Parts: sequence; C-alpha cells; structure tokens
Amino acid sequence: MTAGGSVRPHYREFAAWLAQQTPEAIERKRAEADLAFRRVGITFAVYGDNAGTERLIPFDMIPRIIPADEWALLQRGLEQRVRALNMFIDDIYHEQHIIRAGVVPAEQIYRNAQYRPEMQGIRVPSDIYAHIAGIDIVRAGAGEFYVLEDNLRVPSGVSYMLEDRKMMMRLYPELFASHKVAPVEHYPDLLLDNLRSVAPVGVMDPTVVVMTPGMYNSAYFEHAFLAQQMGVELVEGKDLFVNNNAVWMRTTRGPRRVDVIYRRLDDDFLDPLAFRADSALGVPGLLSVYRAGRVTLANAIGTGVADDKSIYPYVPAIIKFYLSEEPVLNNVPTYQCRHRNELDYTLANLAQLVVKEVHGAGGYGMLVGPAASQQEIEDFRARLLARPDGYIAQPTLALSNCPTFVENGVAPRHIDLRPFVLSGKTVSMVPGGLTRVALREGSLVVNSSQGGGTKDTWVLEQ
Amino acid sequence: MLSRTADHLFWMARYTERAENTARMLDVNVQTALLPQSEDAARQAWRAMLGISELQQAYDRKHGAVTQRDVIEFMVCDPDNPSSIIACLTAARENARAVRGTLTTEVWEVQNQTYLDLRRRLHGGQLRQDPSQFFEWVKYRSHLSRGVTLGTMLRDEAVNFMRLGTFLERADNTARILDVKFHDDEAAAETRRDFYYWAALLRSVSGFEIYRKVYRDVITPERVAELLMLRADMPRSLLACMDEVVDNLGEVRNDVSSETERLAGQLHAELRFGRIDDILQRGLHDTLTEFLQRIYELGNRVSRDFLVPLAA
Repeated sequence: MTAGGSVRPHYREFAAWLAQQTPEAIERKRAEADLAFRRVGITFAVYGDNAGTERLIPFDMIPRIIPADEWALLQRGLEQRVRALNMFIDDIYHEQHIIRAGVVPAEQIYRNAQYRPEMQGIRVPSDIYAHIAGIDIVRAGAGEFYVLEDNLRVPSGVSYMLEDRKMMMRLYPELFASHKVAPVEHYPDLLLDNLRSVAPVGVMDPTVVVMTPGMYNSAYFEHAFLAQQMGVELVEGKDLFVNNNAVWMRTTRGPRRVDVIYRRLDDDFLDPLAFRADSALGVPGLLSVYRAGRVTLANAIGTGVADDKSIYPYVPAIIKFYLSEEPVLNNVPTYQCRHRNELDYTLANLAQLVVKEVHGAGGYGMLVGPAASQQEIEDFRARLLARPDGYIAQPTLALSNCPTFVENGVAPRHIDLRPFVLSGKTVSMVPGGLTRVALREGSLVVNSSQGGGTKDTWVLEQ
Repeated sequence: MLSRTADHLFWMARYTERAENTARMLDVNVQTALLPQSEDAARQAWRAMLGISELQQAYDRKHGAVTQRDVIEFMVCDPDNPSSIIACLTAARENARAVRGTLTTEVWEVQNQTYLDLRRRLHGGQLRQDPSQFFEWVKYRSHLSRGVTLGTMLRDEAVNFMRLGTFLERADNTARILDVKFHDDEAAAETRRDFYYWAALLRSVSGFEIYRKVYRDVITPERVAELLMLRADMPRSLLACMDEVVDNLGEVRNDVSSETERLAGQLHAELRFGRIDDILQRGLHDTLTEFLQRIYELGNRVSRDFLVPLAA
C-alpha cells in the first residue's frame, strides 16, 4: 500500500480478486495450507519426541508483489553488491589493497571474530567465497530499497521461497492465470550448476554433496530439500572422511570421492583438528584438503568477515573501491558506536533508533527504540557505554507494509525480502526471494525465531 | 548410496514391518479371546504373545498379572517398550526423516502421516473401544508404506535396502509366530488340534484363505508349518522372505559381501529344497530356533557389510 493507504497499481488486480472471496473460503484455504505443510513436514525449530515441538512457520496467503522495473533495479544492485563483497573477501585474505588504501580500518578485519587467518593466501576456484548469499532488503518507498543485512555464511529460507510458491499455485491457480508471475522453481538447478562450476581445478565431473549438522538442526528440512531437489547426497560429518589428501564419503559400495561440499554448518564446526576440537559435526582433516585446493567448500571458510554488522557500514565504500561504481542499493544509515560522536548521537536518540549487537543474529540482542520501555532504553544505555564497539544504531525506517491475514481480517504488517544470489563463474538469481512478515501489529522483527511468518514473493513479468 | 542412508532405510522398513506384525499377533489374540475359553487358556494365550516377542521379563517388571488390557497397552502404547507399536512407528518415522531427501514425497508423507495419525488415534481412545479397528489401521498403513515404495521409488539400492529390512524382519516374525504355537507347554497340548487355534494363527499371517486354496482340506499343524515355511507362493513364508533377501542382496553386492550372500543362499536353499517331514522329524522348534539365529546373524552381517562400515 502507499503511504496514503490506497492500493499500489500492481496490487489492483489482486485486491479486486480478494474482495470477491468470502471469509469462509479463505479460512478453508488456510486450513488446507496448514494441513499440507504439516503433512509434508515443512517444519522448523526444536525437534524432539513430542509432536508439539515441531513448529510450522506461519504462512500468509497474500503474496508480496514486486513490479518488473523494481525487480530489475534490485537485481542490478544485488549483483553489484555480491560481486564487490566477493572481491573484498578475496582481497583481505590476499593483498589487502583496501586496508592499505585506508578504506576499511585494519582492526575491523583482524578483530573480527569471523576472520580466519587459516585462509590467508589460499586460492579458491574463481576467487569466489560467498557462493550463496542471502541479502535482506527493506523498501521504504517506491523503488527505494535499503540493504538491511548481508548473509554470507549459511543463509536459510530458500526452501520456504519454493514451498510457498508451490502452495500458492495449488491453492489459487486462478491467480497465476491472471498475473504474470516470474517462476522461481528452477532455483535448485541454478544452485547445482553454480556449485559444479566452482569444483577444484581439473575435476571434470564433480561430485557435489550438501552437508548438514543433522536432523535436529532447525534448518534440516531445507538441507534435505535442497539435496533432494539437486539429486545429490545429504551428508553429515560422520559420513565423510579424509584420506590421501582427498575427501571421501562412505557408501554401501565403498569410499567415493567428494569434490564440492555445500556445507550448512558454521566454520567452527567444520574440522575438529583446525577449529573447535569438541565438535563431532565436522570432518577431521577437512581444512588440510581444502587448503590444498582438493575440495571446494561453499560457502568458503572465513566469509563471515564480510557480513558482520561492523563491516556493513563500509559496504558502499567497498563497492566504489573495487568496481568504481556508485552503489545501486543503499545501506540503511548506520551509526557506529565505536566512533565517539556517533555514540553520542545514538545515546541522545535511543528512543528513535534501532540498536543492534554487531555479532547478533536472529533478532536477539537488539533494542527497537520506539517500541521499548524506559527501562529497556536505560538498560541499553548502560550496555552501550560499557562496550560501545559492540553496537551499531540505525534509524527506524518507514518500512513498507504488505496486506496480511491477521485474526480480524486483512491488515498491513511490516515485511522484508531475502533474495538469494548465487556466485560462481557468473552471478545469478531467480526473480523473487523469501518475504518475511512481522505478524504482531507494529512489530519490525520478522525473524521466524521471533514468531515471524512468510509469504510468497511475486515478481511480475513486464 | 551413503552407508548411513542405507542404514536408515533398512531400519525404517524393519520398524514398519515390526509394527505390522505386532498388530497382527495382537489382533488374533483379541479375536480368539472372544471364543469361549477358560481364564487360564486366555491368560496362557496372552503370556505366549509376550513370549514370542521376548517381552515377558520387561512386562513383568512393569505390570502384575497378565491381562489382555495390560498386554495390549504394553505392546501398543508403551514408549519404554522398544517393540511397542508406538515405539516402532516413531522410530520408522525418525529414520524416514533422517533420509527424507532420498524418499519420494509420497513415501515420506505416508511415514509422516502414519506417525501423526497414530498419536491422534491413541489419544482418541480407539484402542480401547475397538482394538481390531486399530490393528487393521496399523496393517493398512504398513501395506500403504510398502505399496507406495514400489509404486513411486526408483528401483535402486534405496529400495533394495528397504526390502532387505522388510523381509529379514518378516522372516523373523513368521518364525516366531509358528514356533510359539508348537512350543506351548503340556497344558496347551490339547488345543494344538483345535481348529480355531490354527485358524487364528493362519489369519495372523493372512494365510487362512491361502491355506484353503492350496490344500483344499482340513487344517492340520503339519500343513500349516509347511505353508509358512516352505511355500514360495505364500507371501509371508520363510521361503518367500528368503527369496527376497537373496535377490536384494545380489543387487547391492559389494567387495566384502560374498560371505553374507553365501550364508543367505545356503539358508534359502535349505528351505527351497527342504521337506516338512524331515523338518518335523528333526524337531520344528529346533529348526525354527536355528533359523532365528541365522536370520539374526544375516541382519548383523548386512549391517557390517553395507550400513556402518569401518573407516577406510
């Protein structure tokens, strides 16, 4: 909807259709969707003996619609951003031009917990580090997009993008006949292509696997789903071993060589010999094979150094430095509390700002000023003063809303968008992404761990 | 195929089959309990039921007297009894979930739906009101699980390992069902000739109509034993199960599995060319006990050769 409350043009057809639906029909469809998601087992979060602990992510049946021209702009901006971020990671693990040029301070790299000295000087195929990136975007006005966060490690949610689409097509085939919705279902094909394109040098017919921490991981459904859709093995650490400077998987016919690992666990757990010794999730010796260039990890080790909230404020400068281009997508204006004057500004305006922990994730450890109590604000003031370099602050944007089903009918709720950008020999993406929606009135937090839901994202074709 | 994946598939199928067999045995006992019989005989039947499944001790630790209600409760909904139907179907679904990417959507959905429905049914009290209806449902879900596997899965190793699990488990169960009836103590000796007794046993393995078709004669224990052991066309017989075990083993054969294949082939051949008279002469109980040991050994060998191999 526009600020004035009228229906934006690309929603008109949908709004007219919606006006003709009875609440009963909608309720029936909603129950059908619930049942189907439950039956297919598209669940997340804690898994245990008790069926109650497997939760469904709320699915909203009103799609988020993006017109073709806005998507074209987004796509251009996303490609540019991810290309620059890959160059940045490559640079900081090699020549470090950007530090020497004084664009990004050295301590922001070396003091970053995600920086991996083991990666220094290591060459990776095609110099690509963030093979799969999930970039969180908000829209504050027509065509006015802001990047909220770069997720370059193991971004989740692509399975919901695909399952939400499948569900919408099943529930409302008539809507797809009346709208030209760009398809997203070929994502697994693109992903497999992309992963094969970054195989170690000289491997002609690479074996790709998806690596999961296991079925108790909250994103396990997605891991299994992607492996199945790509037709590759879903492995756990215990299925792999290192021998003769190569990675192998244990199969019923004996060991089989593995060339590309789409790993869905963090660096810390990859190799107990190199990182956390107490972790049983990884593969002893994996790092040595990786460093020898005999296996590809996607995403590469050490990409986290670039998706941190402490690097985020520098991304526009990073884009200019490597590409000599103006950034297409804006950052949300960000105050780095490590700078004295920006800290002062933040402290003076806490009630208007969103304050985030530099290393926080999942919507935890943040202050949403306008929604916070006086006590919460004072608590955060103390935390900021105690450790200013652990925080950044951002203005609460006039985030765009999307009509959403709530208890009393249809009402606007805040949304964001996570498109998935693939980097290999080329950069590619499907038109769309995961739209997350804050279901509580007024809430700005869309994370599923905070009760957020998802909806199908429609990019309209011209 | 990953060894771990094969392991999950193998056990998913085994647990599904085990739940079905437990339902079959319980159902027959519920049915025969409706016939006029002494309390002793009834108790004896339920005790035998626990004996077949090697659950007598575990039951005694939890319950006092052997009653129909408690035995059913123990064998259907006790999560602490690893052979209970709820434990088996939960384990089957757990294994399916671990390899859901290897299964077709339909196969996974059947496992998942069975698990979800099971809880609803047990909470809804169906087991108390109409146990036979509940057991029918368990059997039906197991049929569905096998059918959807054959109807939708690519004929590859995944199916082979599932079939291995199904038929090793089924061979074990048929042998136990047969053994317990022949192995009753003296007090039950008279009932051995009892038509209802053998009819019930046949029904528990869906063999009643088959018996009539094959023999066109009165029911005798010797023929029942022959049917359940040596007839290749009887789907739950030991020979039919070993046919499948041998076939599927041949499909997944690897560098270390030849001895396992040989042992399976030997067991298969003994059934294939065996005569019931010789078996009875030697002693049915002894033969079945040995069969159970060899099936157990085969299961272990399958695990060792394919499912959890040592690091290379």
